[in-house]
Amino acid sequence: MTATHETSGAEETARKIRVLIAKPGLDGHDRGAKIVARALRDGGCEVIYTGIRQTPQMIAEAALQEDVDVVGLSILSGAHLELFPRIVEELTSRGLDDVLLFCGGIIPEEDTQALEGLGFSAIFRPGTNTGDIVSFVRDNAPAG
Amino acid sequence: MPSQSKPEWLAGTYAKAVARNPERAPAFRTTGEMALDPVYGPEDADGGNGALGFPGEYPFTRGVQPTMYRGRLWTMRQYAGFGTAEESNERYRYLLEQGQTGLSVAFDLPTQIGYDSDDPMALGEVGKVGVAIDSIDDMRTLFRGIPLDRVTTSMTINGTAAVLLGLYVAVGREQGVSPDRLGGTVQNDILKEYITRGTWIYPPGPSMRLITDVFRYCAEEAPRWNTISISGYHMREAGCTAAQEIAFTLANGIAYVDAAVAAGLDVDAFAGRLSFFFACHNNLLEEVAKFRAARRLWATIMKERFEAQNPRSMMLRFHTQTGGATLTAQQPENNIVRTTLQALAAVLGGTQSLHTNSMDEALSLPTENAVQIALRTQQVIACESGAGDVVDPLGGSWFIESMTDRLEAEARDYLKTIEDLGGAPAALEQGFQQREIQEASYRYQRQIEEKERIIVGVNDFTVSGEEPPELLRVDPAIGQRQVERLRALRAERDGAAADAAIAALEAGARGADNLVPLIVAAVEARATLGEISHALRRAWGEYREIVVV
Repeated sequence: MTATHETSGAEETARKIRVLIAKPGLDGHDRGAKIVARALRDGGCEVIYTGIRQTPQMIAEAALQEDVDVVGLSILSGAHLELFPRIVEELTSRGLDDVLLFCGGIIPEEDTQALEGLGFSAIFRPGTNTGDIVSFVRDNAPAG
Repeated sequence: MPSQSKPEWLAGTYAKAVARNPERAPAFRTTGEMALDPVYGPEDADGGNGALGFPGEYPFTRGVQPTMYRGRLWTMRQYAGFGTAEESNERYRYLLEQGQTGLSVAFDLPTQIGYDSDDPMALGEVGKVGVAIDSIDDMRTLFRGIPLDRVTTSMTINGTAAVLLGLYVAVGREQGVSPDRLGGTVQNDILKEYITRGTWIYPPGPSMRLITDVFRYCAEEAPRWNTISISGYHMREAGCTAAQEIAFTLANGIAYVDAAVAAGLDVDAFAGRLSFFFACHNNLLEEVAKFRAARRLWATIMKERFEAQNPRSMMLRFHTQTGGATLTAQQPENNIVRTTLQALAAVLGGTQSLHTNSMDEALSLPTENAVQIALRTQQVIACESGAGDVVDPLGGSWFIESMTDRLEAEARDYLKTIEDLGGAPAALEQGFQQREIQEASYRYQRQIEEKERIIVGVNDFTVSGEEPPELLRVDPAIGQRQVERLRALRAERDGAAADAAIAALEAGARGADNLVPLIVAAVEARATLGEISHALRRAWGEYREIVVV
């Protein structure tokens, strides 16, 4: 991972990828979310971090207001199967169905299919290298 | 015997050896970035100005009791709780049967943040990371068959600590146990919630008032209750260094003592009931030194700054939990070994009680089998290792004494900085501690990713195709059952009595009366935790997070 965003000629004028890192639910474990936010910033993205205890409405509203290309959700309380569908609903109802979705935290393997079904393109679990997250976002973010 | 100084040895024998065969790293550092010499000698360790002292005596570097574990072993206290009060009650009774000696209650997030289980904010969270407690009915069930005069109970509860203390007092009374016979701890440490843990509710001012109300109530009614557990654990888990853990914790401690003294309490009337809570991570010797440095620093602060007279007021008594953030999702059995090292460090550092994490906690709440191994780890250390048979067995080691001195000095520097910013509450409102923690956490992550630090099974010694282990899954239907129980309570209680108690509490919050008796009255009138917390929200408003990235 490099600190500067390498761009080819065609992308020279393209804007930076805009990423919303959000913490839904009530858990305050924000170490991972903050590290990911910072790694993405170092990786050349424009990152908005919401802070903790965000409701599905607040997250979708922030995604809309900030005009983001990517939404990353971090949760460690185990409430993902209840909260993530609501967040997807709120995003869709605001016309944000083309954002790239990923998530991370304490998310059991057996929930992978359900989350993929909701439209999450990647799940990053404990021990992930942040370089992998940065590459994932760069390779998959919708063209701004 | 040839007399040679350490610099001479470094320049001679050592330099020659390194010139022949370089060491395996260009420099050796603790996790807190302190550079380590190859060896330590008498010139490195003055034991805090030559005053190493003895256990049970000021400045308590070597331990708060004269006999330590020769008298009584540390309390083995496993933090547990999930789902409903019934299920958690079963787990507590299981743990007590297995030889655990104290209870430690984990509450779910709505309970910690002052929402009833049917609040929209509680969606998906009920019973997940701990037990859901909405009312005295749940609290009674939680301790069914457990006589409250025979166990001590630690409750990890902060924003709603006064409510859970009120519920415990009320259930005690129902069992015929008066408050003066209750033993235990409420965490009640709101400052570290603003810094990192995140279960704040109200702004700092009224939160500090609620905390001093608990101090005063317990000084008068429940003298065996530990009124606060001033916690470095969560800041360490969020990524700070060992020296920062000492400093940020003691800075918060100073703020609580300041607040209580300002509220008119005599320092010796409450300081003996202050307790502390630290993490223990993998660097064994650094951690042992950390506990010793924290004890000496706190004793000095209480004596010199607050002019405490009673030695008990100067004793830093602490609980330790092994480091959750050190556990790996990869090859989870390796976590048993990590936890063993950490638990040993806590014992060598003189902890009063200990929670050992279970091997599967990087993946989910622990299974019963994993919890049993974690408890057995403590029992093996206690009964088989001999580590508890001598007090402060590492005391006098040149390296340990040097590290103790250096950690104390680094923590003092941080305390000075925090003091210059106006004290811990003012510093955190400027984001100081948050920024320091964030920097240390990011630096550590970079070191792992660049393989400057090896985490076994994560960035080296990896295996592919691991089978996911069996995990504990909280039944999603629990939330619904809890909501039904809550609705039944609201339907069958004396609504007017509950409303009156809530109105009295809200009026009290706008005034200056001690709120703890008003909270006890409210829970006895079957008012819910959410109703109580909302009354205080109406009076005081809510805190807004200072986001630092």
